[in-house]
Formats: sequence, C-alpha cells, structure tokens
Amino acid sequence: MAAADTNPKPTMRLDLKVLGPILALVVLVVIGAMMNGNFLSAGNITNVLSRSAFIGIIAVGMTFVITAGGLDLSVGSMAAFIAGLMILVMNGLLPVMGVGWPLVFVGMLTAIVAGTAAGFINGFLITNMRIEAFIVTLGTMGIYRSLVTWLADGGTLSLDFGMRAIIRPIYFDGILGISWPIIVFALVAILGEVVMRRGAFGRHAAAVGSNDQVARYSSVNVNRVRMMTYVGLGVLVGIATIMYVPRLGSASSSTGVLWELEAIAAVIIGGTMLKGGFGRVWGTVIGVLILSLIGNILNLTDGVSPYLNGAVQGVIIILAVILQRDKKAEG
Amino acid sequence: MTEPLALSLTKICRSFGPVQVLHDVDITLAAGEVHALIGENGAGKSTTMKIMSGYLAPTSGVVALNDAPVSFANSQDAEAQGVVLIHQEFNLAEQLSVEQNIFLGHEKKRGFLLDKAAMQAEALALLARLNCQVDPSARVSDIANADKQMVEIAKALSRNARVLIMDEPTAVLTEREAEVLFVQVERLKAEGVAILFTSHKLDEVKRISDKITILRDGHVVSQGPTSDYNEDQMAEAMVGRDVSSLYPERTVPVGSDIALEVKGLSVAEFAHDISFTLKKGEILGVSGLIGSGRTETMEGLVGLRSSTGEVRLNGEVVHLKSPQQAQKAGVCYLTEDRKSRGLLLTKGMRENLTLQCLPDFTNYLIDQKSEDAALTKAIEDFDIRAPSRDVAVGNLSGGNQQKLLIAKVMLADPDIVIIDEPTRGIDIGTKQQIYEFIHALSGQGKSIIVISSEMQEVIGLADRVLVMRMGRIAGEVSGDDLTEDKIVRLAMGLDVNKEEAA
Repeated sequence: MAAADTNPKPTMRLDLKVLGPILALVVLVVIGAMMNGNFLSAGNITNVLSRSAFIGIIAVGMTFVITAGGLDLSVGSMAAFIAGLMILVMNGLLPVMGVGWPLVFVGMLTAIVAGTAAGFINGFLITNMRIEAFIVTLGTMGIYRSLVTWLADGGTLSLDFGMRAIIRPIYFDGILGISWPIIVFALVAILGEVVMRRGAFGRHAAAVGSNDQVARYSSVNVNRVRMMTYVGLGVLVGIATIMYVPRLGSASSSTGVLWELEAIAAVIIGGTMLKGGFGRVWGTVIGVLILSLIGNILNLTDGVSPYLNGAVQGVIIILAVILQRDKKAEG
Repeated sequence: MTEPLALSLTKICRSFGPVQVLHDVDITLAAGEVHALIGENGAGKSTTMKIMSGYLAPTSGVVALNDAPVSFANSQDAEAQGVVLIHQEFNLAEQLSVEQNIFLGHEKKRGFLLDKAAMQAEALALLARLNCQVDPSARVSDIANADKQMVEIAKALSRNARVLIMDEPTAVLTEREAEVLFVQVERLKAEGVAILFTSHKLDEVKRISDKITILRDGHVVSQGPTSDYNEDQMAEAMVGRDVSSLYPERTVPVGSDIALEVKGLSVAEFAHDISFTLKKGEILGVSGLIGSGRTETMEGLVGLRSSTGEVRLNGEVVHLKSPQQAQKAGVCYLTEDRKSRGLLLTKGMRENLTLQCLPDFTNYLIDQKSEDAALTKAIEDFDIRAPSRDVAVGNLSGGNQQKLLIAKVMLADPDIVIIDEPTRGIDIGTKQQIYEFIHALSGQGKSIIVISSEMQEVIGLADRVLVMRMGRIAGEVSGDDLTEDKIVRLAMGLDVNKEEAA
C-alpha cells in the first residue's frame, strides 16, 4: 500500500497505479493549453472547476460507498428530487417568511435533511433488508426521477424570482476570486481524503469492501459501516444540490441526468476498485477533473466535435479499468 | 454397462510442500464391491480419494485401472475413463433442472440445437434405474437432499461411471434418506460398479461395505473384509497413538472461580441445549465430528449467530448479541477459517493486526505510529516471520497467518478466548509454538476454549473435554478418562462403558 510509512527502507518504486491518473490529467492540461490559448485563463479554469464541483462532491461520497463494496445509482435523480423539493419548500414558505437569508437557510436545511433521509433509505434496504445495492438504487433512481417529474408536473420547477437574486451568489460568488462551489468541493475532498486515509471509518469501509466476513469476525459493525457510507453520500448529494440550485434557480426532470454514471466513472478512473476493498479520494478528485476537462477541451477546440464528448470519456474509463486490472494481477 | 473396472493404488505417496500426508497407501477397489475408507479427520482420506479420481496426482506410486497403470491428467480425464468422485458438498447447479444437471457439460445435441427429447428420455431411464421418483424437469433447488444425491449418482452414471467414489455420502442425509441410498448402492454393486465411500458412521460402514481400509496419519493401518471387524475394533484402529511431548506441561494450576457459565444455549438447526462452565485459567477442549455443531455453538455464544439461552460472565448474566458486545465483555472468538473469515489477504499486516480494535488506535485519526509499534511487538511476541512489514498477508505462510490472527485477537485483551482449530494446516514446529502460547495465556489467568478436530490436540492441550454429537453435548471427559477412545466413542454415539459425566 502507498501509505507514508516511517519504515527504514523507503520504497521509491514509481507505481503506475498511483501516477496513472495524475499523468493523464497533466497530459490533458498540456493538450488543452496547446489547442487553445484561453484554456489556462482564470475564467476558464474557474468555469471548469465550478461545473466539476457538483459531480465532485457526490463522487467523494461515492468513493466511500464503492470502497465498502456498494454502489449507488440513484444519486443523479436524488439530486434532481432534492432540488425540486428545496425549491418547493422555499416557494411555499415565501409568503410566511418573506424573501431573505432565513428562507435560504430553510432551503439548505431541507436539502440536507432530504439527502440524509434518502441515503438512509438506500442504506436500510441494502443492509437491513439485504437487497443488492444495484437493485435498490436502480429502484430509488426511478422513484426519485419520477417524483421530480410529478412535482414539476412534467415541466420545470422555478424558484421565486426574488429568491433567485438572493441565492445566486452561492454559485457565482466566493472568496478571493474562488467561487463557493470550488471551496466546498475542496473542503469535502480534503476531509474525505483524511477520513479515508487516516480515519477508522475509512479503514473499516475498506475492510468491509475487501471481505465483509473478516470484518464481521473482527467485531466491525458491518451494517453500520455500510449504512454510514450511504447516509454520507446522501448528505453530500444534499450539499451538491445546495450548490446547484442557485446556478439555474430551477429543477426539472432533466436535472442531474447521468450524474450517477459520471460520479462512478470518476471514482473508477481515480483508482478505487469497483469491487471494493480499496479507495482513494484524491484519485476521485483527479477523475472528476479529467472527465470535465475532456468536455471543456472538446468545446474549446475545433478539431473534434463536442458531441463526441461521451465517446472520449468512455474510452478513458475503459482504459482506467484496464490499467487497474494489470496492476492487480501483480499484487 | 460396459466391462467392469477395478481401480488400484499401489505404494501411493503424496506430499504438500514439505508435509507428507500419504505414506505408501495400497488400496484395491474391485468391481462389484463396496469399499469403505475410514479414519480420523486429517488422516488422508480426501487426498486418497482425490488421487483416485484425478483431482490430485500422486507424488509417487502407481494408480492402475484393470492392472494397467494410468495417470489421469485431471478429473475430466478420470471421468472419461469411468472414475467419478461425488463430493460431499453437492456439485449441482441449483437453478437448473435435474435433467439439465445430469447432462451439464455433455449435453446431447441434434445439429446446433439441444436434443431435449433424448435427454429427457435418458434422464428418466437413469433415474428409474436408481429407483428415484424425482421429476427430471424439477429444479434442483426444490428437491430433497437424498434426491440431490441420486441426481449426482445419475450424473455419474450418465458418464458411464464404473468406479464411483463418494465422500461422506450420508453426511447430509437423514437416516431414512440414507436407507434409500444404501438400496441403490446395493443395486449398483450388483451391476458391477466398484464403489468406495467414506463415512464417520461406523454402523453404516459395517452394514454396507464389503471391505474396509483404515487410514491414520496417512498410513494404512488396517485393511480387510468388513466381516473381520466390529465397530469397536474400527474405532480402535482409527485412534491409538501416544500423545507425544508436543504439548507443554501445565505449570500454573487452574483457578477455582468460574469465568463463564452457559446454560441451555441453542442455535437454530445446529446446537441444542448446550450447558457448560469454564473456570479461570482453564483450557477447555471441544471435540466432535465435523458438522456436530461445535463451531456454530461458539459462534452463537459470541453473537455471530443468533442464539437463545443464558450466559453468565463471572456470575453476571450478559447478553452477547454481536461480536462487538462480546469483545467488550471480554470474550473473543478466533475463527477456524483464517483465509476467508480471519484475515484480509490483500492488506498488510498492520491493517490486519489492528482491525479488531481500531478504536483503541484512533483519536480522531488513526495513530499509525502506535499501530507500527503494536506490529513490532506482535512480530516479536508471536514470532511472526514475514519477508517485509508491508507484505500482503495472503503471501504469508499458513503458520504465520495463524500467528498474526492470534496476535490480532489478543490485541483486544479478552479474558476468554475461543480458538477454533488453532493449528489447522500448519507445520509441527508452529503448532508447538501455538500450544505453548495457549498455555502461557492460561498461566496469565485467561480462560480458553479450544475447538479441534485433531483428537491428540484436544487431549494434549485441554484440562477437560466436551464432546459434541449432532448439536448436543454427548459427554464430558477429564482426568484419566481423557483418552481418544472415550472421545471417539462419545463422538460416534457408541456405548461408553461408563457413566457419562454430563
């Protein structure tokens, strides 16, 4: 393992499994810079990072779920549902509370509570009812998507105009020129990395994903660890939604479509094992950046159609898994 | 049925690494004869059967079919030549039908398509030959165990098996189901099939076999017509060894306080009304055949399985509903299955060592320095020999894995340790270290329960032995009564010419 040991003999072996994602990111940045002069401008970088933040925040939570041997397909539609709910609550309480920050905080609270509850439901069905994570979250994915469509009556849920003006800064403003979504993403990523690498929870999650029987026989509360990964992911989906709603001020049945797959892809590109047992949050962050850079570069250059975005992303994902497999055979 | 076959083993030896498990084994299976292979767990029965059926190659010696030496490339090769092994665990695809299972891997075809009619007809004929009523289109998961056994045999017959080797065929059958099997065994015998089976039930060995081979420690210790033996003689031949100086002498007397008292512990299906006590510093052995409920009882005790009954620790009633609660109360269970339940094979020694009590090493963050210190101490205390500190645990030898597993559990500092098969699959030197270690624990006043299939091990280690049979305590032996003979009799349900202690 690549943990920083204080052992006498440092292993200075250049591990492709560690370096691979970083190298890929560097290559993408170089390509982007060569293709278009604007690529490295502050404006473009802020834009790419802000857009990555939603998927990124979710992907950090997904890293723990996958490390513990689980999977969550419902996060995209969960985000759409939470966005819709947040807007409905704020619009509904507007006559009572009036336009202002208190109402914004109520909206935020709604998102966090709804995210926690949604994560709990997934976790409960998977751990206590012992249903496959794939099946459970496939089901809840359909349920949330359908609920948001129903809430919006097939159209779009729009936040009150006055409120929009108030919450706009949550997406567009920040400190020292760094926008809030980027700051929150960075905080979540750092916290996630520390918990994964140095926290008992991260170690337990990896143990559960590696062999849940061993974990059980070692007095680890397997169900609770699993449950907490899903609840944590739910909370992070809530936070991502809080960042997302101010951007457009609306939610519809097309909000958050395919986010789950992007989040899972980012986790896998980052070197976390899909079957569980080993995860790294910093890798996931790089995975997220790689995925959004591809889209950005294709948009900025004339050579390749941006419509091929998905194809290029797909190739990268498959390559990442092939690299993982090779390395696994060794160890 | 084509020409009958006889299979013989001559001077077969087999080693796994440095450990020789079979020594010059000679067995002849004649056509139309039922041969029973008996011996204690670990005597070499499975290895013998695997060599007969092509799953393993002998290290030296000759396997011959009708006196012509053969060397099976693999089990398929053996099957093609008419030698089929039926495993103790059924080797059937549960979701497929009986007929699909019988023809799995050698389906009858007409052109590109499956010839369902022909398979159906042949399956019916085969089952009829076995006098089995099961519907060929029934799903295997829906049929009874005895029928599954018949399907296995039908499968073997469809491959034209002329030598049928059965590993404990009655272990999973009820008595009535076993009767059905015996009738079919008689039929097959009459048709000229050579049959070898293993069993721990000596009464059925006596009833249905024509010849007996008794193995002990990889040697054939007795062989001859079944009529020459009674059940007691069989048991005697299976056992009968001195306990060597492998086991340390007790230096600290057993305490007088009762550390653990269990009353009426039951684990659904596996254990019924188990009661026993354990004193401070005592080593209590638990013996019994595999499947007698030893492991399940102890798993029930520590909350790994749901159980009912009363458990007292130092006189106080406790409810141990999960291994976490048990650990907190000072009771730890060390699994017999170190590879799939004990250790994370892809992780390093440090992660494995501290997994059981990670909270002790965590103060918001895991303190890797004290983890490393704990590993250094464990390596020293338990003499763990690893090529490097960060080697994946799966690459350690079995003995070193076992030592690491013990170190891991002992890190939780339990007062009562239950060790299931402390030395399974490890060499004699490490065994001795582990025995010494168990004695050292007892000297520190810790109470230890040792579950073992090795008769000598329980006798050599334990102060007192509980013998389990079919989910119940069949008896308790200690002092001068602590002999293999007594334990085997209790475990097999034979008469004990003495009053039972339970």
